[in-house]
Amino acid sequence: MRTRFGDRLLYLYTWLIILWLASPIAVMIMFGFNDKKSKSNTSWQGFTLKWYQQLFEIDGLTEALINSIVIAVASTILATVLGTLLGLAVGRYRFRGKGFTNFLIFAAISTPELVMGASLLSLFVSANAPRGHLTIIVAHTLFSLAFVVVTVRARVVVLDPSLEEAARDLGASTWDTFRLVTLPSIMPGVAAGAMLAFALSIDDYVVTSFVNGSTQTFPLWIIGSVKVGIPAQVNVMGTLIFALGALVAIANSVSARRRAR
Amino acid sequence: MKRSRAPYWLALPGWLWLAIFLVVPIAAMASVSLTTGNLIDGFAQTLSVSNYSDAIAKYSTQLVRSLVYGGVATLLMLILGYPVAYWIAFKGGHRKSMFLFLLLLPFFVSFVLRTISWGFLLADDGILFGTLKGWGLLPEDFHVLATTVAVIGGLVYNFLPFMILPIYVALERVDPRVIEAAYDLYASRFDAFRRVVLPLSLPGVFAGVLMTFVPASADPVNAAVLGGTGNTMIGNIIQTEYLVNSNYPTASALSFTLMAVLLVGIFIYARALGTENVMEAAAR
Repeated sequence: MRTRFGDRLLYLYTWLIILWLASPIAVMIMFGFNDKKSKSNTSWQGFTLKWYQQLFEIDGLTEALINSIVIAVASTILATVLGTLLGLAVGRYRFRGKGFTNFLIFAAISTPELVMGASLLSLFVSANAPRGHLTIIVAHTLFSLAFVVVTVRARVVVLDPSLEEAARDLGASTWDTFRLVTLPSIMPGVAAGAMLAFALSIDDYVVTSFVNGSTQTFPLWIIGSVKVGIPAQVNVMGTLIFALGALVAIANSVSARRRAR
Repeated sequence: MKRSRAPYWLALPGWLWLAIFLVVPIAAMASVSLTTGNLIDGFAQTLSVSNYSDAIAKYSTQLVRSLVYGGVATLLMLILGYPVAYWIAFKGGHRKSMFLFLLLLPFFVSFVLRTISWGFLLADDGILFGTLKGWGLLPEDFHVLATTVAVIGGLVYNFLPFMILPIYVALERVDPRVIEAAYDLYASRFDAFRRVVLPLSLPGVFAGVLMTFVPASADPVNAAVLGGTGNTMIGNIIQTEYLVNSNYPTASALSFTLMAVLLVGIFIYARALGTENVMEAAAR
């Protein structure tokens, strides 16, 4: 069948939107190589690799990046464990309070970040809790948790219960059944949830800005330096994180395709 | 199945986390919003509702502006995003996942950094406008940064994939035979779209609007990075009142007002679209 003119137009349009979404990334990568002389980094002044060589030489920036990674790892572990257990509960069982649990999960996802951050700060102020790494980890675990529940639940509801019954019939204990049968079959959901949790945590600015105290994270540090001029090292770090993330995602989809074959 | 205690044990840690860090804080914020006082003398619970009327009177401009910016941005995202979701769902063929991957590519860059790069692109002497000015295609005093256009453009840019994905998911589930049936019954292409495809995609549209309107209206980053002094949104005010002025009662009252306005908006919108769509979106 001949492609319709309208379809071709839509095809072009889709590419146009993709290019638009990608253009700021191209700018970010490009200006990581910009041999800029002044504080501002908006006009092209020649190619250099010196920002890559001096990557860790900005005071505070490296520390902020390390903080971000530590917080992301800690909150990802917490959110994945709590979220997987909760996902199993709501995906598998009927129990009193299930409707309310689902509502809580929905509320955690749909509460504006701003309100979540502000309310957590209200709690920490009321309780006189010092703000820092710990409060950021608590907050990040809170918003990641619900997303882990959603991805795990999606996997649990399609799980065939007769597999676990078979394991128990063959004499496996509850723990062995979980470890050897249930967990491996819901693993893709758990892994997807964990990746989402990590991505949400390392990227978060709004909630963190309320509960950070004097601790700086990568996004907070960047926003803080907007007015004084962003060092090109930020572009370089952004480029490296982007490359790493894209590589992991591609490797993931390639291996998934290979497994499916 | 026999009643077991297993689900309670499984759910308990998650429940506790959500109760202590989601429910209690919102209650704490409600309580703080009714206090009076300041950081030095302390805050006393006086159940004063005047925090709300004062805060709304003082910041009604920013509150309305946030809802207008969020609304306009959401509408633009719907108009820009629907055709993309449509094309990928029906014409993407075996390359569907590649197109989705390309749409999600920006998410590998931090939200804050993306917004700043978008600002780079719009800068007065940046590679786009600087070059065009150099060629004499734009007047020297032309600028986009620090205007309403830049802020709304930034919101659309940042949240567009959240509009496209749910619509795509809904369209992907539409059985092509249903559309063929419409053609067999002499529907024109437009009629088939309007009376078959569009209604079936509404749950996706609903989820997309929900996922974009709420964060876009409450976003402080785009206005801070891309807007000028005349584009302050309610998110920036709440941040400043909390973090700079330590005016917790006013800030809490404002956060609550924002949440209430958004909830009422969602409710009205849900009634207009039918509650089943809401439940379906919520169940996802």
